[in-house]
Amino acid sequence: MDNSYLIKTDELVKIFPMGETSIIALNHVNLMFKKAEFAGLVGPSGSGKTTLLNIIGSLDSPTEGSTTVMGQKIEDLSHKQGAELRNQHIGFIFQTFNLLPVYTVFENVEFPLLLLGLSPQERQDKVMKALEWVQLADRVKSKPAQLSGGESQRVAIARAVVKEPKIILADEPTANLDAENSHNILQTMEKINNELETTFIFATHDEKVIQYLRRKITLIDGKVAKDEVYDNPTGRGEEQ
Amino acid sequence: MIIPRLALRNLLGAGLRTWLNVIVLSFSFVLIIWLQGLYKGMGDQARVAQTDAEFGGGQYWQENYDPFDPLALQDAHSSVPESLQTLIENKQAAAILISQATIYPEGRLHTILMKGIDPAQSVVTLPTQFLDQEGEELPALIGTRMARNTGLKVGDTVTVRWRDSQGTFDARDAKIVQIMKTSVPSVDLAQMWVPLDKMQSLTRMKNEASLVILAQGTEEFPQVSGWIHKDMKFLLKDIDYLVKTKSVGGSIIYTILLCLAMLAIFNTQVLSIFRRRKEMGTLMAMGMTRSKIIQLFTLEGAMHSVLAALVAAIYGIPLLAWSAKTGWAMPEAADDYGIAGIGEALIPVYGTGLVVGTVVLVLLVTTIVSFLPTRKIAKLKPTDALRGKMT
Repeated sequence: MDNSYLIKTDELVKIFPMGETSIIALNHVNLMFKKAEFAGLVGPSGSGKTTLLNIIGSLDSPTEGSTTVMGQKIEDLSHKQGAELRNQHIGFIFQTFNLLPVYTVFENVEFPLLLLGLSPQERQDKVMKALEWVQLADRVKSKPAQLSGGESQRVAIARAVVKEPKIILADEPTANLDAENSHNILQTMEKINNELETTFIFATHDEKVIQYLRRKITLIDGKVAKDEVYDNPTGRGEEQ
Repeated sequence: MIIPRLALRNLLGAGLRTWLNVIVLSFSFVLIIWLQGLYKGMGDQARVAQTDAEFGGGQYWQENYDPFDPLALQDAHSSVPESLQTLIENKQAAAILISQATIYPEGRLHTILMKGIDPAQSVVTLPTQFLDQEGEELPALIGTRMARNTGLKVGDTVTVRWRDSQGTFDARDAKIVQIMKTSVPSVDLAQMWVPLDKMQSLTRMKNEASLVILAQGTEEFPQVSGWIHKDMKFLLKDIDYLVKTKSVGGSIIYTILLCLAMLAIFNTQVLSIFRRRKEMGTLMAMGMTRSKIIQLFTLEGAMHSVLAALVAAIYGIPLLAWSAKTGWAMPEAADDYGIAGIGEALIPVYGTGLVVGTVVLVLLVTTIVSFLPTRKIAKLKPTDALRGKMT
């Protein structure tokens, strides 16, 4: 494998059995992602965006082909190894935020660090740093129910970046947000991408997100229809 | 330590749902301990009362003596052997002569056991000193149950008829000198206690006895020809069996209580696992393994019993301490239950073993009940969990 790539999919196929028939969610997908990419999987519903994101995140395994993340083949990983990979190198941001309701903002962000076994002082420093990135350092004691949609998603971003992972996978992160909050969130993620060189991969069909992408991969019926790279996110770049 | 910390956090975060379960479970804790304490107290009281009033520190039975065969009583007497006589003289034993007799209070016939005992004995706690009376009259001591059944009162005279050693009927009037209140029915019901020497003389059984009661604390039990030593284990076996039988009834009640509490926990766990699938998916996405999630949910359920033990301690300790002090007042009819030692109040006994045992049992059962529904998690796919689906 080419070591300059963090993620590589090779002839990736994912088929979901549906009773007597089956649905081909991914059909021979070949993609590579480098460090610090700000890329998006774009396409209509059912095009395979989330499935691809799940496989990259080792939450699912392919039917055929292979996916290599940080040098590890996803299909060969045990549940425990998959959990370890996610714990150490991958952060997730979900459309519905998925914050733990009984925990405070601080505790939600602290959670991945607890799993990593960091000391209380290290956790305190990293959580506060992450909350400062998302400008929520003053809401540490709030519960998710007390936050707005935008604030909740910022907490989710802080939770994803707090361990400074190499990869952040964001599934429709702005779907539940208004335009202003969406731009704030995307700017925050862009800033983190620039400062920490974290690779961001979005699954989205939101135009607001697409404007920010430096690489747009269009999936249609499980196949890569287009893979475009932009020098200037708001402009148009050349096709790969 | 992360799992216990998270489990406690989740449990407390669930608010009212947790506290309802905890309160129900704490009731079970207190009721189980109270019920078991009651049975333990009943057993202890019965043993102590029966030992003090009847069994002493063990008995020697004349070889023909069988308390369950009244017809054998005619032959169940012989001279007290020398080795036992020495103990009797040293106040370390008391001889009892037993004979079947008939009394006729108010013209009615009652078959009783006439028992001769030394008025000066101190081996059992019967008030035999009232039998120490001069004169030709036959003083008699009866219990409250016997008095109730026969209508006899202190000062009444009643005709007693018996067979002497030759089988000849003889009769005399006996005067009731005292009615004793005892919690031991087997020294009371259908029994009349008279002075040993007078009974030996009237029945022509000079220096004879049916059994010899040893003082408590007696440690040496010599072999005596024609007499059989009966140890405390043998003498108390009926009480032990009775208490055991009663305890089984109590166990059924506390099993039902425990099952109700466990049903609540099980229901909460099933509901929790169903409602928190998305949370499980999030935990998996953050790198928590399925086994850790199972541990987390199992511990959350099991912690109900830890919290319940704490809550139970808050109100249960004063409540149980009060009940151990005042006891449970028994109605007069409790005398008819046939269990020695109940008396006016049943005093529960709460030993460390009982409390620790109950806590461990409830903790164990809660853990098992909490674990059972979590097995579903082992099959849960992270992608399904994140979508709120159960695999």
